[in-house]
Amino acid sequence: MARKRVTPVTAFDPGLLRTAAIDSLKKLDLRRQIENPVMFSVEIGGILTTVAFLYELFRPTMTSVMFVGMVSAWLWLTVLFSNFAESLAEGRGKARAASLRRSRATMAAKKLNSPQFSALFESVTSTDLKPGDLVLVQTGDLIPSDGEVIAGAALINEAAITGESAPVVRESGGDRSAVTGGTTVIANEVIVRITAEPGKTFLDCMIQMIEGAKRRKTPNEQALEILLFALTGVFFLVVAAIWPVSAYSAATSGSGSPVPLTVLIALFVCLAPTTIAALLPAIGIAGMDRLFQRNIIAMSGRAIEAAGDVNVLLLDKTGTITLGNRQAAAFIPVDGVDEADLVNAAYCASYADETPEGKSVVALATESGRTLNWIPTEATFMPFSAHTRMSGMDIGGVSYRKGATDAVTAESTSHGNPIPPDLIPKVTRIAQTGGTPLVVSRDWTILGVVHLKDILKSGVRERFFDLRRMGIRTVMITGDNRLTAAAIAAEAGVDDFLAEAKPDDKLRLIKTYQEEGNMVAMTGDGTNDAPALAQADVAVAMNNGTQPAREAANIIDLDSDPTKLIDVVEIGKQILMTRGALTTFSIANDVAKYFAIIPAAFLVIYPQLAVLNVMGLATPETAILSAVIFNALVIPLLIPLALRGVQFRPMPAARLFTYNLVIFGLGGIVAPFLGIKAIDLLLSAVMPL
Amino acid sequence: MPIANPPVDVVTIAVFLFLVTLASYFLGQYLAAVFSGKLHWNPMIRLEKALFYFIDTSTDHEDSWQGYARDLLIFNAIGFCILFLVLIIQGILPLNPQHVSGFPLSQALNIAVSFTTNTNWQVYSGETAASYLTQMIGFTVQNFLSAATGLCIAVAVMRGLTRKTTDRIGNFWVDMIRAVLYVLIPLAFIATIVLLSQGVIQNLDPSLTISGYGDAGPQTIAMGPVASQEAIKMLGTNGGGFFNANSAHPYENPTPFTNLFEIILILLIPASLPFMFGTLSGKRKQGFAIYIAMLVLFIAAVGMLYSAELSGNPALVSQGVPGVSMEGKEVRFGLAGSILFSASTTAAANGAVNTMHDSLAPLGGLVPLFLILVGEVVFGGIGSGFATMIAFVIVAVFIAGLMIGRTPEYLAKKIEIFEMKMALITILVPSILVLVFTGIALVVTDGLAGIFNPGPHGLSEVVYAFASMANNNGSAFAGLNAASPFYALTGALVMVVGRFMPAIAMLALAGSLAKKKTIPAGTGTLPTASPSFIIWLVAVILIIGALTFFPFFAMGPIAEHLSLLGGI
Repeated sequence: MARKRVTPVTAFDPGLLRTAAIDSLKKLDLRRQIENPVMFSVEIGGILTTVAFLYELFRPTMTSVMFVGMVSAWLWLTVLFSNFAESLAEGRGKARAASLRRSRATMAAKKLNSPQFSALFESVTSTDLKPGDLVLVQTGDLIPSDGEVIAGAALINEAAITGESAPVVRESGGDRSAVTGGTTVIANEVIVRITAEPGKTFLDCMIQMIEGAKRRKTPNEQALEILLFALTGVFFLVVAAIWPVSAYSAATSGSGSPVPLTVLIALFVCLAPTTIAALLPAIGIAGMDRLFQRNIIAMSGRAIEAAGDVNVLLLDKTGTITLGNRQAAAFIPVDGVDEADLVNAAYCASYADETPEGKSVVALATESGRTLNWIPTEATFMPFSAHTRMSGMDIGGVSYRKGATDAVTAESTSHGNPIPPDLIPKVTRIAQTGGTPLVVSRDWTILGVVHLKDILKSGVRERFFDLRRMGIRTVMITGDNRLTAAAIAAEAGVDDFLAEAKPDDKLRLIKTYQEEGNMVAMTGDGTNDAPALAQADVAVAMNNGTQPAREAANIIDLDSDPTKLIDVVEIGKQILMTRGALTTFSIANDVAKYFAIIPAAFLVIYPQLAVLNVMGLATPETAILSAVIFNALVIPLLIPLALRGVQFRPMPAARLFTYNLVIFGLGGIVAPFLGIKAIDLLLSAVMPL
Repeated sequence: MPIANPPVDVVTIAVFLFLVTLASYFLGQYLAAVFSGKLHWNPMIRLEKALFYFIDTSTDHEDSWQGYARDLLIFNAIGFCILFLVLIIQGILPLNPQHVSGFPLSQALNIAVSFTTNTNWQVYSGETAASYLTQMIGFTVQNFLSAATGLCIAVAVMRGLTRKTTDRIGNFWVDMIRAVLYVLIPLAFIATIVLLSQGVIQNLDPSLTISGYGDAGPQTIAMGPVASQEAIKMLGTNGGGFFNANSAHPYENPTPFTNLFEIILILLIPASLPFMFGTLSGKRKQGFAIYIAMLVLFIAAVGMLYSAELSGNPALVSQGVPGVSMEGKEVRFGLAGSILFSASTTAAANGAVNTMHDSLAPLGGLVPLFLILVGEVVFGGIGSGFATMIAFVIVAVFIAGLMIGRTPEYLAKKIEIFEMKMALITILVPSILVLVFTGIALVVTDGLAGIFNPGPHGLSEVVYAFASMANNNGSAFAGLNAASPFYALTGALVMVVGRFMPAIAMLALAGSLAKKKTIPAGTGTLPTASPSFIIWLVAVILIIGALTFFPFFAMGPIAEHLSLLGGI
C-alpha cells in the first residue's frame, strides 16, 4: 500500500538548526539550566571563569588573560552544545506539535439530545463536550473530540493524526468504532459518543508527548542522573581538595603557587561526566521522536523503556506473522488424474469465488500456465457460501466444484461416484502440515486437492531468529486448531503458540508470564483485547482499533501495523544502549584528561611531574585548553549518535556487552588521547601562549 | 637465606594464593551452612538455643532492614560505651601490673571508636598505655564483636540479593551469636594454639627488666596475653597490635611461618565471603567472578609493591648503592614476607603491620594507599569489604546493563533509583571523608602542626591517615602526630561515619532488593560472571575508586618518587 506521509524532516534541517541554536541560548537561564545539574555546574564554572577573565583584564600584567578567556569561552560553549543537543532533539517534535495544534483549535460541534440522526442538535464548542455527550458529525465536519461511533458509518480522513491520506471507514459496533478528535468526515454521517475529557483527548496527549511538555524522566534515567550527579559531586570535592593540597605542596617545596581557580574549574569540568550529562535529555527525546517518525505514539517514556526489557512478545498470528489470508500453494491430483485437468477444474470452480482464498487459486492456476485462461461466458456461477461451503461454475453442461472436503465428497457420493482411495491420506497430510485442503471435482468426480497455506509475512522468520538471539521469547496466538497452529509456529520459528485462543486466554497467558517475572508486550485492537492490553507491560494498540483498546494501551500505532511491536522493542533497547554507551565513553575519557591536566596544573610545584605528560603536550596552558576544548567538542560530535541511537545489533547480551565495551570503553580511553594531542598541536601552532 | 629471591618469592606467593583460595573456598561453604541455619551439631545447637532464649529472640523472628540496622547500631553503641569507660578508668581496674593510668578523653574516644568500627587505628602504644584488662576485655572483645558485626552486614546483604518478595533480611542477634560462636571463636582458638606453639607469649606477668645486650643498658621487655589477641586481631581484620610494633614484634609474630600463617588469617574470612555468596545464591559462578576480580587487583598490587621494593631507593641506587630497600622491614620475614603482609593488611582492611609502611619506597607506599582508597574491596574488611564490592558490582551492572539495552539487573533483581543511591553512598562516603578531611588538615594549623615530614611524603601521610580511618583499615603511615586532639577527634568522626553510613546504606540496599521479584535469566540477560564483566568491574573500581585520587597520588608518592629519581 502506497502511503503518503507528512514530508519527513531530518533532524538537521536548517530551519530546525536555527531554532535549536536560539533555544539553546534561552536555556542558559540558570532556572532552566538547573534541570540538568551537571551542566548547571559547568555554567557556574563558566560564570566564575568569566569573572576571573574580567579581573585579569583589569590587572596591569594581563599575563594569563588570553588563557582564562579561552577557558571561559569554551566552558560556555560546552553548556551551549549541551543545550543545543536537547533543543535539536525537541525540534522535530515541536514542529509537528505546532501543526497538530492547528487541528485542535476549538471547533463547533452538534450536540444531540438523543441517539437518533433525526434528533435535534444544539451547536456547542468542542471544549464544552464532556464524556457521554452525543454529537452528530456529518460530511465535511471535523470530529470534535475522541469518541465511539454508536450509529452509522462514515469515511474519515485521519491524515491530521496519522499523516495517512487514504480515508478509513469507521462504523458502529465491531472493532472499528473509535474516532479521534481533529479528524474529518468526508462522506456519510455518524453519531459519536464522546469518551474524552476536554483537554485530555488523544490529540492533546499526542501534542504533550511530542513537545516533551509532559515528559517526565523515566526511573532509569533518574537512576543514571543520580550516578552522574554523585560523580560530579565527588569530582567537585576532588578539585576543592586540590587547592589546599597544592597550597601545602607549594609551601613545602618552596616553588610554585596553589593551582589557580581557572585551572581548578577546567579540571572539574573535564572530570565531571559532562558528555553523557549533556546528551542524556537528547537521547530520550530523540528516542520518542524516532518512534514518532514510524508513526508510533508512546503515551509515556516509561513504556518505551519497558519495551527494552520485554522478554516475551505475544503476537497475533493473523496480520503479524502471516498475511491476513490463506493462499493456494499447490495442486495435488489424486492417482490417475492429470495435473492439468485438476488445475483447469480448480480455475473454473474458483472463477466466481470472490474470497481471497478463491482469488489465490485463480492466481496460482494462471501462474502455472496450465489453464486455458479463458474467460468463461454463458456460465452459471455458484459463489462461495458459508452454507454450501463450496463454490463452482456450470458451463456447457459440465459442473466444476471446489470446497471443503466433507462438502465436496458428500456431493460426489450422492451422485454415485466413488471417493478415490488416496484422497483422504492426501487431505490429512495437508491438514497435518498446517494447511487447509480444498477438494476439487468435475462433474462430481473428484480430481484432487488444492493446498491452501498460511503465507508468512516476508522477513518474519529472520526477525524471530534475531529476537531469540536477543533473548526475547515469541508466542503466537491464534484461533486455529493445535495442529495448524503447530505447523505455522514451526514454519515461522516462534518459540511457543497458543491455539484455539479465546479472548480471555490472552489475559491469563500474560499473567502467567508476568508471575514468572517476565515483561510481556502485546498488540491488540479489539475491545476484548482491552483487559489484556491493560495487563501487559508494553501494550501497543492499533489506531484503527476500538476506544477501550486505545485507552488500555500505553503505545498507539497510527499505522495499525502489528509487526511494529518489534520496532518498539528495538527502539526501547536503543535508548538504553545509547545511554550506557555514552556513560561508559564519558567516564573512560577521564583517564586521558587526568594525564593532560594534572602534570600541567602541578608543573610549577613539582617540575619532575613533566614525565606524566605522556602526550607530550606543548605547554601547561595548551594542555589544559586542549582538554577543555576536547571536552566541549565531543558533545556536538556525538549529537548525531545521540539522536540516531547506537546501532542496534541483534545478538546475545554477552556478545553485545563485550562489543560495546570495546567500542565505547576502550574507544573512550583511546579517543581523547588522540583528540587532545591533535587539538594541542593545533593550538601550539596558532597560539602565542 | 637471601632477603629477596624473585623466582622463589614468586613461587611462594603463588603457593600462598593457592592456599588462601583453597582454605577460603571451604570456609565459604561452612559459613553458608552456618548462616542458613543448616549446621547440626547438638551441643552447639543447645547452647545457641539457650542464648537465644536468654536474649528473648528466636530464629523464626526475622527483621526488616530498618530493624536489623537499629539492632546493629544499638549493639555497637553499647560496645563503644563499655570500651570507652574501660579506657578512662583502667588505672583503677585490676590486671594492671604496669600501673598505667586512664587515657585522656580525646584519645579514649578515638580508641573506643577505632575498635568498635573494626578500624583499630592506634593512637597509643599497647605495651605502655593499655592494661591487660583493657587488652583482654576491652580490645579483644571488640575485636570479636566488630568482626562479627561486619559478618552480619555481609550476611544480610547476601540475603537481600538471594531472597525475593520479602522485607525480612534476618535477625541481627541470631547472626551475631552465630558469627561469634561458630566462626570466630573456633577459628581464633585454633589460631591461638598454633601461634602459642611458635612462641607467641600468653601470660599476665609484669614486664621483665633484664640487663641489656652488650653495651646497652638495662632493657624492659613487655609481657602479656598476646597470643589470644593476636589470633582474633588477624582473623577479624582488626589489626590493633598488642605491642606498638604490631606484627613486627617477635612476641606477636616470631617466625617466617607465623608470618605466612598470620597473612592467611588476614585474608581467610574476607576471601571466603564471595564463595559463601556463590553457595547461598546457588550461583557459584557469581561468587567466583567476585573472587577473581578481587584476586586480579590483589595480584597486581603485590606485583607492583614487590617490584618497587626490589629495585631499592632510586636516590641510593644512583649513588651506586643498589639493593632491596630494607628500611622498616624485618630481615626474618624477607622481602616477600614483608610485602605480602603489607599488601594483605591493606587489601583486607586489617591494619596490622609487620613493616613500616612509612619506610616503603614511594611507589611501594602508593600500593597500600591505593588498596585502602579503592574502598577496601580487595577482599576488604570482614563483611564490609564484600558489601562494598557488591556496591561496586551494582554500579558496574547499572552501566553495563544499559549497554545491552535492558534496564539493569543483578542476579535477576532490577537495579533502580534506590539501589543506585545506596550503592553510591557506600562507595563514595569514605572517599568524600578522605577528600574533605585531608583538605581541612592541610589548611588548619592543628592539622599542619601534626605533620612531621613536610613535603610530598607528609602529604602521603595525611592522605593515608584519613584513608585508613575512613575505610576502617587502621594501619598507619606514621610520621603523623595522630594522638593530637585534632587528629584524634576528626579521626573518630571519620571512623564512625566511614563505618556506619555505608553499613546502613548496604542494609537498606539489601532490604530493597529482598522485596523485589526476580526475573528469569535468558540470553538477553547480562552475564555477570563473564570475563568481560570481570574486566569491566575492575575498570569501574579503578576509575571510580582510585582515579578520584590521582591528583593526590601525583603530588604525594609520584612526586616523591620522581624527586628521588632526580636525586633532589
